[in-house]
Amino acid sequence: MVLTGAEIVIRCLQEEKVEYVFGYPGGAVLYLYDALFQQEEVRHVLVRHEQAAVHAADGFARSTDKVGVALVTSGPGATNAVTGIATAYCDSIPLVIISGQVPTAAIGQDAFQEVDTVGITRPCVKHNFLVRDVRDIASTIKKAFYLAKTGRPGPVLVDIPKDITIAKCDFEYPKEISMRSYNPVVRGHQGQIKKAVQLLLEAKRPMIYTGGGVVLADAAEQLTRLTRLLGYPVTNTLMGLGGYPASDRQFLGMPGMHGTYEANMSMHYCDVLLAVGARFDDRVIGNPAHFAEEPRKIIHIDIDPSSISKRVKVDVPIVGDVKEVLEEMIRQLEAGAARPHADHLGTWWKQIEEWRSRDCMAYRNSNEIIKPQFVVQKLWEVTGGNAIVTSDVGQHQMWAAQYYHFDQPRRWLNSGGLGTMGVGLPYAMGAQLAHPEAQVACITGEASIQMNIQELSTCKQFRLPIKICNLNNRYLGMVRQWQQIFHGARYSESYMDSLPDFARLAASYGHVGIRVDRPSDVEDAIREAFVKHKNDLVFLDFQVDQTENVYPMVQGGKGLTEMILSAEDL
Amino acid sequence: MRHVISLLIENESGALSRVSGLFSARGYNIESLTVAPTEDASMSRMTIVTTGSDEIIEQITKQLNKLVEVVKVVDISEAAHIERELMLIKVRATGKDREEVKRTADIFRARIIDVTDASYVVELTGNQAKLDAFVGAIDPALILETVRSGVCGIGRGDRVLKL
Repeated sequence: MVLTGAEIVIRCLQEEKVEYVFGYPGGAVLYLYDALFQQEEVRHVLVRHEQAAVHAADGFARSTDKVGVALVTSGPGATNAVTGIATAYCDSIPLVIISGQVPTAAIGQDAFQEVDTVGITRPCVKHNFLVRDVRDIASTIKKAFYLAKTGRPGPVLVDIPKDITIAKCDFEYPKEISMRSYNPVVRGHQGQIKKAVQLLLEAKRPMIYTGGGVVLADAAEQLTRLTRLLGYPVTNTLMGLGGYPASDRQFLGMPGMHGTYEANMSMHYCDVLLAVGARFDDRVIGNPAHFAEEPRKIIHIDIDPSSISKRVKVDVPIVGDVKEVLEEMIRQLEAGAARPHADHLGTWWKQIEEWRSRDCMAYRNSNEIIKPQFVVQKLWEVTGGNAIVTSDVGQHQMWAAQYYHFDQPRRWLNSGGLGTMGVGLPYAMGAQLAHPEAQVACITGEASIQMNIQELSTCKQFRLPIKICNLNNRYLGMVRQWQQIFHGARYSESYMDSLPDFARLAASYGHVGIRVDRPSDVEDAIREAFVKHKNDLVFLDFQVDQTENVYPMVQGGKGLTEMILSAEDL
Repeated sequence: MRHVISLLIENESGALSRVSGLFSARGYNIESLTVAPTEDASMSRMTIVTTGSDEIIEQITKQLNKLVEVVKVVDISEAAHIERELMLIKVRATGKDREEVKRTADIFRARIIDVTDASYVVELTGNQAKLDAFVGAIDPALILETVRSGVCGIGRGDRVLKL
């Protein structure tokens, strides 16, 4: 069948069973939008800024196991998308971004709305393509989806010049694709897995540390089975929350800069550490030299060989799909007679419980002023822990991670790697579209929410009943916290002046806005949002304590055991 | 430690910038980089000379392998191998210098491939040290221009880098 390039692109998206494309039209993509208009299978979500298009596609992907798709025009459309692409890249989220480009003949002529999109995005995509021939569109898009979701996932960009979208050719979608230069390892090395199981069984002070890789590989079930089989303590990183049920006794909370005392102490003092789909990043282990001072054997399972022994030397590397490797470990454990040493494990758990008894997440609540932690706790209670929670970046993000206990994967969406303020609302949009019946909450701050607040308009158009929980402290809270601790309390440009009345702002978009000033009103307000206004977007503007800090805290450059547990430690 | 990394990469536009971009983005050194198509025109072969600790070299090879268009990566300096580099050097050749440059070129088994009243272009192939030695042997005041290709490398004997 002979089709135009634009029609081919849309047909490819149909073949990939794409439900939603998040995008914004413009000159270079007019033919693509025309083809989109003439069909009904692929639905388009018109955002108000291209950054939000990519974030929304990203949120869609994070909350499902599907590839998110965004469509933007050339020039500023593409440059606006870059932050979204880099955000997805840092967290290994599978996306396909289609960008328009000026006609082939105009490339390099400094044409209107021309940028070197492939050049600009190269360092922040898994791969990208410039399509120079209409006959290459179908195979390129097939490759893009294949690359995005296999191996270590990531965003893939396809740049299509306008003339290619009007050119015609015969359309046939390839059934399979193989690339001689790209063959990700799936199955782990049997010998290495055997060695790992052996090491785990011999451990006196074992610890399981898992990251976003478990969520991305949909291996939460396998991780839970293995952890319970062994009876070992487990921690999930910021990206890995929900990989293991947070309400379970074996769960020690999150590790790292704002992790729990018990998780950090166990990470540091264990003698065998099983790292699964995690990358020992600086926010997790603090100072690598300090971490290396304590001797321990490390087993590291990761799909990406370059993540292994990058920051921390690993003893038993296993390259492979986390799910497959965990399955194999469980199989070997169940087949063998050996079990963990009960005495050693008992002593180790006693030590851990002693650490846990420090109750490092305790905070002083107040009847006068709303504590941000209290809001998150109430949100968790009212939603029964079942909401999909998105966050922006800063203090509220850490409080959300600490006080909303995730029992399931793909319920917690945040920008862990790049730390992009402004993701919260578009993530919630993507998640709500993917799960129309789910309760979706966006925990944010008055600074972050303003970085993509224009999306309130998109939410109205698509009737997305997101609940925005704005922890409004009139400060760039995390910046203020660092300035207080490291910069002599000189609060340089961290005060947020001239804020809008968020409740009225939300109302002007046609949403429900509720301002909450008193602790006693917090629960009622959340209930009102989730029950009375179930089908509306509700903007809950909580006026919270301006001076509250996130604890525990490991200062940059310090070791994991050198924690500030509360304001008294300062 | 100095390492010579050879790789096969899909011969597509932008492939070179993916490799060079990786080195600059991650702060790895490039001493030299050469690239040209192989006997199979769909593939290029690149030789990269770099320096770094064992950990850094391990990361470099892993990161190169991770690039979607890279087909194969080998650190050829891990075993017996041959390195060659080509240099073209234009020198002033007048008076007594004319004979002296000619003599030096002969000693190094270099060839004079362009001659004018006042200059020679000398072509010399060898490893980096030999080229450096030749440059050192010529009076710096005589050197008008030099151009070096960067290192090409290949493993000795059975070691073959092929798809």
